[in-house]
Amino acid sequence: MNTDVMDSRPTYGGLRLDPRAKSHLVVVDGDGAPAVLDAFAGAEDELNRTTILCAHEDVAAGGLERLCALRAARLQLSGSSEDLLTEFERVLDGADMSVRIYVAGRESFIGKVVASAALRGVVPDSVVAERRGGVSRRVQCVHCKHIDEGVTASPYRCSGCGQHLLVRDHFSRRLAAFQGVRIDAEIPGEVPPAMELAS
Amino acid sequence: MSGGVEIAVVVAEIEQAARNVKRFRFAAKDGGSLPHFAAGSHVVVLMRDGERTIRNAYSLIDRAEDGSSYRIGVLRTPNSRGGSKFMHERVSVGDELRITMPVNLFPLFHPGRKHLLIAGGIGVTPIYAMADELQRRGALYEIHYAVRDEAHGAFIDEMRARHGDRLKLYRRDLEEILAVDQILPGQPLGTHLYVCGPEGMIEAVLEGGLEAGWPKEHLHAERFQTPPTGEPFALRLAKAGLTCEVRGDQSMLEALEEAGFDPPSLCRGGACGQCAVDVLEADGELIHNDHYLSAAERASGEKIMLCVSRLKGRELVLDL
Amino acid sequence: MTVHFKQETFRDDYTYSNSPEAIRRFPFPFDKDEYMYSVNIEQHMPGPAKSPFEFPIDIDEHYVSEMRDRAITLAQDPKRCQSLPHMITAEWDLVELLMESMAKHYPELFTLTQDGDRWRWINRPLDIDQTFTFGDASTLPYPPMEYITRQCQGDFALLDQRLDNLWMDAGMITSQADWSLDFDIGMNFLEWHAPVPLAKDMAIFERALKFLLNLQQGRPVRRLNWTMTINPRLDTSPENYDKWGADRATVTPENVGRKVHLRVELQAMWRLPRSNAIVFSIRGYLINMDELVTVPKWARRFHRVLRELRPELAEYKGLTRYRQTTIDWLAKHDDGAPTSPGFQPD
Repeated sequence: MNTDVMDSRPTYGGLRLDPRAKSHLVVVDGDGAPAVLDAFAGAEDELNRTTILCAHEDVAAGGLERLCALRAARLQLSGSSEDLLTEFERVLDGADMSVRIYVAGRESFIGKVVASAALRGVVPDSVVAERRGGVSRRVQCVHCKHIDEGVTASPYRCSGCGQHLLVRDHFSRRLAAFQGVRIDAEIPGEVPPAMELAS
Repeated sequence: MSGGVEIAVVVAEIEQAARNVKRFRFAAKDGGSLPHFAAGSHVVVLMRDGERTIRNAYSLIDRAEDGSSYRIGVLRTPNSRGGSKFMHERVSVGDELRITMPVNLFPLFHPGRKHLLIAGGIGVTPIYAMADELQRRGALYEIHYAVRDEAHGAFIDEMRARHGDRLKLYRRDLEEILAVDQILPGQPLGTHLYVCGPEGMIEAVLEGGLEAGWPKEHLHAERFQTPPTGEPFALRLAKAGLTCEVRGDQSMLEALEEAGFDPPSLCRGGACGQCAVDVLEADGELIHNDHYLSAAERASGEKIMLCVSRLKGRELVLDL
Repeated sequence: MTVHFKQETFRDDYTYSNSPEAIRRFPFPFDKDEYMYSVNIEQHMPGPAKSPFEFPIDIDEHYVSEMRDRAITLAQDPKRCQSLPHMITAEWDLVELLMESMAKHYPELFTLTQDGDRWRWINRPLDIDQTFTFGDASTLPYPPMEYITRQCQGDFALLDQRLDNLWMDAGMITSQADWSLDFDIGMNFLEWHAPVPLAKDMAIFERALKFLLNLQQGRPVRRLNWTMTINPRLDTSPENYDKWGADRATVTPENVGRKVHLRVELQAMWRLPRSNAIVFSIRGYLINMDELVTVPKWARRFHRVLRELRPELAEYKGLTRYRQTTIDWLAKHDDGAPTSPGFQPD
């Protein structure tokens, strides 16, 4: 066994087309579009049985046009990231076992997609994922349980309870979030300068 | 077995369940209740044959409602190394045997949305227990059971009574074929498949699953198997300073046990990894028959599993 | 055997303390003068009379007060007890394990009468007399795991076994050493251990996982783990770290003896029969430094362990801020004499 798996933070193998799947369900957000292009471009036969779900506002500039140009059998645009997840769940509820699920985009988005699938009995490792986009994280405050999206530095200020939180490298697949813990609990007010999250 | 808990049992009932299959009912010798077990579990049955102890693993079919007994099914195999022959010919009602605590290496994936149970022949025994458990839990399931002919009647009648039309039967004598390409299409997302039967059938079903577009993580198989026979060879334990001969009809594990050495082991079928040991020298080819070691571990030639693997050569030296 | 239950608190005025007998039976976790993280798993066999290992489930003088503290924690944060739906069979397995063990080994305190599925459970210290149908959750006032673990000392996690891994899919966690069930629920064995430093390199958790995957019914195992806590506080959860974290900065040379506690976890693991799940029990014991040094061997040894502890482990255990103050205080109780092997007092 590889010791690199000793981490609660998921590793993402990268989008690789599984030609044995009877259909492909691809969910894209943020900067995920190039990963989909890399994996699917030119695979005409596969694209004939591919559904791509993405959100207008979330797919980075230029990405949307290029996804359209792929000419997948179906391309469904949602108004927001939230609508996109709802649409994804609707498709899952009608899906059968011959579909392969692919997700490309931000880490928190991947987490939400995998968690949705897992709730429906899907083994998380069977979801093909590739992380693209910024290093920002979705973080749950362990104290007030508020979740902040797009956290880019640690410590940051929880918008739920206002406390300064250290972002731990500890990832919950159920919440699709990292853990934030008050950094100055021992000496209140002793908050070190924020550092950009590196990865 | 390696310090594991053993239970003394008495054979309470023997039934010819199919042409080559006997079903045995074991009751606790002390009259108490036997431990509960989760579907997919097996026990190792220890049979005293003179000076020799034969140990074979058998899946548990069920446990009586009042906990007083277990049932197992034993197929008489033509190339039996002794165990199934012993059970068929030498064991009668009232005899005492010892069994180990149940161990489960073939668990259900309970978070699954639906469960497809596929059995061939004697492979029905764990599937029988799984179907009962899924029914108790109120889960969605189907049973697909392939038999040679109606002679498998005992299992069929009981399962039909319990599971009604959730049981689909395939009789080879009526030219009914259990074809995965008929069963798998359209199964809802979150379905898990479990297969137990002859090795060839398992391979075909798993391959059929991939062919039907299923991810491999949703395909589960009962992997343990009886130790293959082969050519005899010598075994030397470097630390213990022990040398013994492995006969063609026994495994290294059995040879060591016969020589009074008790290495760690659990499933005796190449699945759990408990008996993996380091190889120090081998003057021949290692024949790996397990489902545990990774391809890299096999290629390294540094590890071998005592329960099912062999040497094709003269002498094997182990770090024991 | 009679147990006198102390009335004491684990929060606010912190009146918790150990009787001399409780000190003698404390599961001191160091058999040498140094410590390094290891798997250190052994069979959970009956140990010496009156020790915490005498019975599979240990009930001691703190029982009633610990259960009261758990009820307070749950009232404030019900998410300390959670169970995913597929764990219901494992919950009943746990009810059976705990009730049978408690009734068998503490018959003056607990009585279990089983008539088929019709069970009657009497818990005298907590004044409970409950008749219920085993397997029918509607006949208990709480879900099965919550019901019994409100009446049993120690935290409990239920681990489902699938895909050659263990998944923490249920638990009652109210006295944890800084980990969150609400965050960790659903994680596999390697994921929830990820925050432990050094372990990644040593790959010890992979070996431990392989070992536990083959854990057999009737062959429970145990190990000891330890950390330190300021004040005898059970609820050292990350959820409330913003409330108890400041305690770590209150340690002075004058108050080390009563404020600084060694916290030992007796972790025991059983294979459960019906569900094939593993129950992971984490039974905590707290002893303050004043109490610890009444055993001279432990005073000498703990001083040396703490002094030599690798900084990354000290940091992980949250000791950094008061470690030196504690070492200095303990030094006065260490004359440099050699210590005998083994855990027990001389």
